[in-house]
Amino acid sequence: MTGNEPDPMRSFFLPIGAIAVALLLFGLIVSFAGVNPVEVWVLLFMGAFGDAFSWQNTLQRSAPLMLTALCVALPARAGLIVIGGEGALVLGGLACAAAAQLPLLPTSLIGTVVVCAAGAAAGALWISLAGALRQYQGVNETISSLLLAYVAIGLFNHLVEGPLRDPSSLNKPSTLPLDDGLLISTLGGFDVHWGFVIGVIACLAAGLWLRLTPSGFAVRVVGGNPRAAQLVGLPATRLVLLACALGGAAAGLAGAIEVAAVHTNANAALIAGYGYTGILVAFMARHNPLAVIPVAILFGGFDAAGSLLQRRLGLPDASVLLLQGIAFVLILASEALRDTDWKAVFSQLTRLRHTAPRTQGDRP
Amino acid sequence: MTTDQLVIFVAGIVGGALRVGVPFLFVSLGECLTEKSGRINLGLEGVLVLSAMTAFGASYLSGSPWIGVLAAALVGALLAALHGVLCSLPRVNDIATGIALMLLGMGLAFYLGKPLIQPQAPQLPAIALGFWSDSPAVRSALQINALLPIGLLLAVAMAWAFARTRAGLLVRVAGDSASATRALGYSVSGIRIAATAGGGFIAGLGGASLTLFYPGSWNEGISSGQGLIAVALVIFARWSPLRCVGAALLFGGAGAVGPALQSIGIGWGYHLFNIVPYVLTLVILVMSCRPGRVVPGSPGELRK
Repeated sequence: MTGNEPDPMRSFFLPIGAIAVALLLFGLIVSFAGVNPVEVWVLLFMGAFGDAFSWQNTLQRSAPLMLTALCVALPARAGLIVIGGEGALVLGGLACAAAAQLPLLPTSLIGTVVVCAAGAAAGALWISLAGALRQYQGVNETISSLLLAYVAIGLFNHLVEGPLRDPSSLNKPSTLPLDDGLLISTLGGFDVHWGFVIGVIACLAAGLWLRLTPSGFAVRVVGGNPRAAQLVGLPATRLVLLACALGGAAAGLAGAIEVAAVHTNANAALIAGYGYTGILVAFMARHNPLAVIPVAILFGGFDAAGSLLQRRLGLPDASVLLLQGIAFVLILASEALRDTDWKAVFSQLTRLRHTAPRTQGDRP
Repeated sequence: MTTDQLVIFVAGIVGGALRVGVPFLFVSLGECLTEKSGRINLGLEGVLVLSAMTAFGASYLSGSPWIGVLAAALVGALLAALHGVLCSLPRVNDIATGIALMLLGMGLAFYLGKPLIQPQAPQLPAIALGFWSDSPAVRSALQINALLPIGLLLAVAMAWAFARTRAGLLVRVAGDSASATRALGYSVSGIRIAATAGGGFIAGLGGASLTLFYPGSWNEGISSGQGLIAVALVIFARWSPLRCVGAALLFGGAGAVGPALQSIGIGWGYHLFNIVPYVLTLVILVMSCRPGRVVPGSPGELRK
């Protein structure tokens, strides 16, 4: 969980192996429902990466996952396990929709930047709160951040169904829609919005920040070895809060982008669980922002294929959640194999085969 | 507010504390047992959801709510045992595993529970403690969950077991010092896996009370963080099973404020009142924690 990755090969193959085993187990479970597992695997792949349409769908869904994964990964590098990204995302979306109603807001790129910044600020504030509670009061940040996520969702529902409600939204309470000039457009010719590019840039920037800048390095020291950080006099509290604020800003930005590019207003559809999938993405990427990009695309793909499983094979919509749960458990369990000396295991296996007729006690 | 409304409101809060507090009670007792052995299981949220679905399904299929309760407890123990075993592996962190199990429990429950959203399952019987009152509001408020007395007995039994029995002492030793446990010749992992599975068994009873008593049906929003609140509640109760009872009832009451206000016709701020338990949990955590100082009563292995 700390910054040091001693063996990049293992960091790559262990999670891939875990995903493969998770897919096998998932196939076994769906086969109990009378569904052919091979068909499920093919559909998962086709729905995620099969053609241009599914690729666009996948990339579209991977954008918020990259940003919510950063909300876990950045605080994790400072030694905190924050799992309340969903709250920051929801409030970010709400702040974006509220800021869009400001008078005198230019309905141009500048206006879009302003509303997205409002979303990022709301998210940063929310996650910093969890960080501050831990630094100043010693409150466990994992629990407090998730409680704050439930508080955020309650606030969101209250405001969207109350003070901020668009009177004309009857069946589906939502805020006033954003002005057309504020919406985030799609990349020329494709059905993928600019949020994907923003997500990739955010991951790259976070990776460079951790690797190249003094403050990023200091954050890694605080997370990796708090005692050493204390000895060299690093301002641990300020660095932890910085990492939390940046992570929260990323998740808040995810909410703002979802509003400005997909929903065009803030409504309950924003609470779609991206914050929770982001946790899984960050853990699989071992909290490395650069690795977040491909992992987010993979899980965005599973998300995209989920509706296909539902439509074509009649599987419950929670199938993808189940696959994610299995994958998460196996990815964590695979960490136990990290220290295994594979050469020794293989040589022992071959020796066992050679000495099979004899009993084990004969071995020197 | 008239006297009648006040009676209805107070009855709503008290009744809510007794109804909503039961799942909190079981999950916090389960977490208390787990943490006493030196592990934190955040996955109890997943255990709660999965056991709630299991209880409903088993009651629906068998026709007996008590078979549902038993099935819920066993499934809870199974999922928690997975947490216990995974955390015994080298390099596997108990907090991260808890988050993963939360996701897995919900995934399994929603996947398997899809056909159970429509039907009605046989419910647990209620104990009518309101027989002395003429007020229908008081009578309905004091319809007690049949699992509540079991939970109260369990709390007393756990307090006694921690203080007086060999098994209780072993759990506490494993929680306070792994090396002392090894020096006594016991397996730390073995004790912790057993305690975690036992905690899951108890938390499973809380899941059963969700779908078999109140709210009494299965849907995907059946638990919204009760399992996690219970984890925080154990800190508030300073790892004492008896104090868990009081804490659980307090939280049940806090969760009942919104519905109680609605029952006397105040609909404003429904969502705001629903976040009261979460805010209360945060406030209590802030009050009971201090930086650089351990919470009194916390198991030694959790202080590291």
